[in-house]
Amino acid sequence: MPLDATDRGTPLVEMRDMRKSFGGIHAVDGVTLNLYPGEVVGVLGHNGAGKSVLMKMLSGALPRDGGQIFVNGEEAHIHNPRDARNYRIETIYQYLALADNLDAASNLFLGRELVTSTGLVDDAKMEAETRRIMARLNPNFQRFHTPVAGLSGGQRQSVAISRAVYFNAKILIMDEPTAALGVEETAMVAKLIDELKAQGLGIFLIDHDIHQVKALCDRASVMKNGRLVGTVKVDEVSEDDILGMIILGKKPEKGLA
Amino acid sequence: MADSTESRDLPTKTRRNILDTMEIDTRLLGMIGAFVVICIVFDIWTGGRFLTPRNLFNLTIQTVSVAIMATGMVFVIVTRHIDLSVGALLATCSAFMAMTQTVALPQWLGLELGSPLIAPIAILVGMVVGIAIGAFHGWLIGYLTIPAFIVTLGGLFVWRNVAWHLSRGQTIGPLDGNFVALGGIDGTLGESASWILGLIAVAVTILLLVNARRNKLRHDFPVKPIWAELVIGGIAVVAILGFVWILNSYEIPTRRLQRIFEARGETMPEGYTAGYGVPYSVLLLIAVAVIMTVVAQRTRLGRYIFATGGNPEATELAGINIRLLTVKVFAIVGFLCALSAVVASARLNFHSNDIGTLDELRVIAAAVIGGTALSGGIGTIYGAILGALIMQSLQSGMAMVGVEAPYQNIVVGIVLVLAVYVDILYRKRTGD
Repeated sequence: MPLDATDRGTPLVEMRDMRKSFGGIHAVDGVTLNLYPGEVVGVLGHNGAGKSVLMKMLSGALPRDGGQIFVNGEEAHIHNPRDARNYRIETIYQYLALADNLDAASNLFLGRELVTSTGLVDDAKMEAETRRIMARLNPNFQRFHTPVAGLSGGQRQSVAISRAVYFNAKILIMDEPTAALGVEETAMVAKLIDELKAQGLGIFLIDHDIHQVKALCDRASVMKNGRLVGTVKVDEVSEDDILGMIILGKKPEKGLA
Repeated sequence: MADSTESRDLPTKTRRNILDTMEIDTRLLGMIGAFVVICIVFDIWTGGRFLTPRNLFNLTIQTVSVAIMATGMVFVIVTRHIDLSVGALLATCSAFMAMTQTVALPQWLGLELGSPLIAPIAILVGMVVGIAIGAFHGWLIGYLTIPAFIVTLGGLFVWRNVAWHLSRGQTIGPLDGNFVALGGIDGTLGESASWILGLIAVAVTILLLVNARRNKLRHDFPVKPIWAELVIGGIAVVAILGFVWILNSYEIPTRRLQRIFEARGETMPEGYTAGYGVPYSVLLLIAVAVIMTVVAQRTRLGRYIFATGGNPEATELAGINIRLLTVKVFAIVGFLCALSAVVASARLNFHSNDIGTLDELRVIAAAVIGGTALSGGIGTIYGAILGALIMQSLQSGMAMVGVEAPYQNIVVGIVLVLAVYVDILYRKRTGD
């Protein structure tokens, strides 16, 4: 159970008054959100509600027009994906995550390759590290020399997650991590999310599946037309309450966080 | 999770397993097979004139120029771009170098003809021009987001005619003696140096194989059985030494040898013979091949080139500057065009207005026959070089049996399309 917001000290991430427009359209219009260590916050809303844009501003993939980001209480300067990584913010994208023609190790270390003393890429070391981390995340995984295009959806997702785990992410953004997965694989990812949470990571989870949100999230923030409808404690509201927020933009009477 | 695809039964399991154990790239094997078939067919057809040291020597030096550019084209195509301007760029670099050594240095700067400075300065000028134009193309493509097809199509018109402008359409030559040595037959290592080079290559190959195995063992990775290592090492050693032996077996004609001795003020001993050995231009190609392979496989730049081809969005989200990467890739191609321009004009001993014409198509064809996928993300340096060699052997084989040039081109065109189709079938089968 998450503690009450007032007792929890400094949030891991706080986004204040975030804004982003494309042409005349306010994709994200003054949204304020926070995330505490060991917490999963669902970010919900229809397509086009602005949740992906909001998360992309946090991960540095999109520049923001306005607003501030605080990490551990201090203002963070995030202008590109590298900046975000320096704040230990890692993102697991639904489809965009992996270079299909490269193997697991090359993907895990993409942009942060281990090199030898001569400056050349150290494939053996990277493979060894990948084997080590995969033994923990997905012990059945053995296909270290196959381009990830040849892997199953769950295997691909475990490669993407291994990236965040290996580089010691503190803040994880997951964009529909189970959308392309089967039942068993979804269960595996759910188990991973619980483990990461137990290690004190904060996770933003973009998801459309209300059951999943109920099962995995502590709080849920709902967006509609670029604005934040409200944030609720998942245990204190019903699925219908959440659906009402998503579809009608109606705040529930209780459970607001 | 079940790895159901792992245990998928393949129809040709046993044969695959032997190749798998040896970790031999079947595509490489296929290309070598195609080359061998071409050689044997033409050798029979020409009554044994194709597989002679003389012809193989010529085949090698004819392949160099296109092969050098093809290695760069691999990077371009892997990043999902195309470069239609390499032949024109070659012509511009060639024109700059020819004008530098025949006009700028001797006439404007008063450097004596035959000065040892002429060739290096001219080559440097060519490289700077090539890199600058290539980087400019890359900037237009990466930063201004004009499609590579358009930028380099425009470049084809522009640079072909900038070359014309520089020489006013004239043939510029003869070129500097040291410069010409990079063209092929006029600059070779000779027999002893070629053998030494061969032995060094053998030593390096063995060292690399041993090191790779040690490295795997150190990390507890599975390794090939020792017999497989020995077979592969043995094939490599035989190939290297066989190559040197062939180039050494092509003997310098007696008249030419006599002239060399006369130039030194000596008389040639009776019965003296000497082989050409490895040409400097081939040495250059080998160096390019090694460096480009290292770049492709063992550097961050290479890793990002392939990652971009596989998934540009993911690569960008991984914090990699794809625009700058595009500039680098095209700058590399520009540099390689300059190197090819050295080889091509040195081989002719002059710069001609039509130098490199249609080379863009040969270079793209070489890369594609060599297994580079136009959809991006897949390609190898050795494949492109083998592709260039296959095309050149087809063309010179047909020329030897008296097929007229237009028919040769028809055959090459058909082979290109067929090669890509075979590659598609291959990929479907292996699921790569």
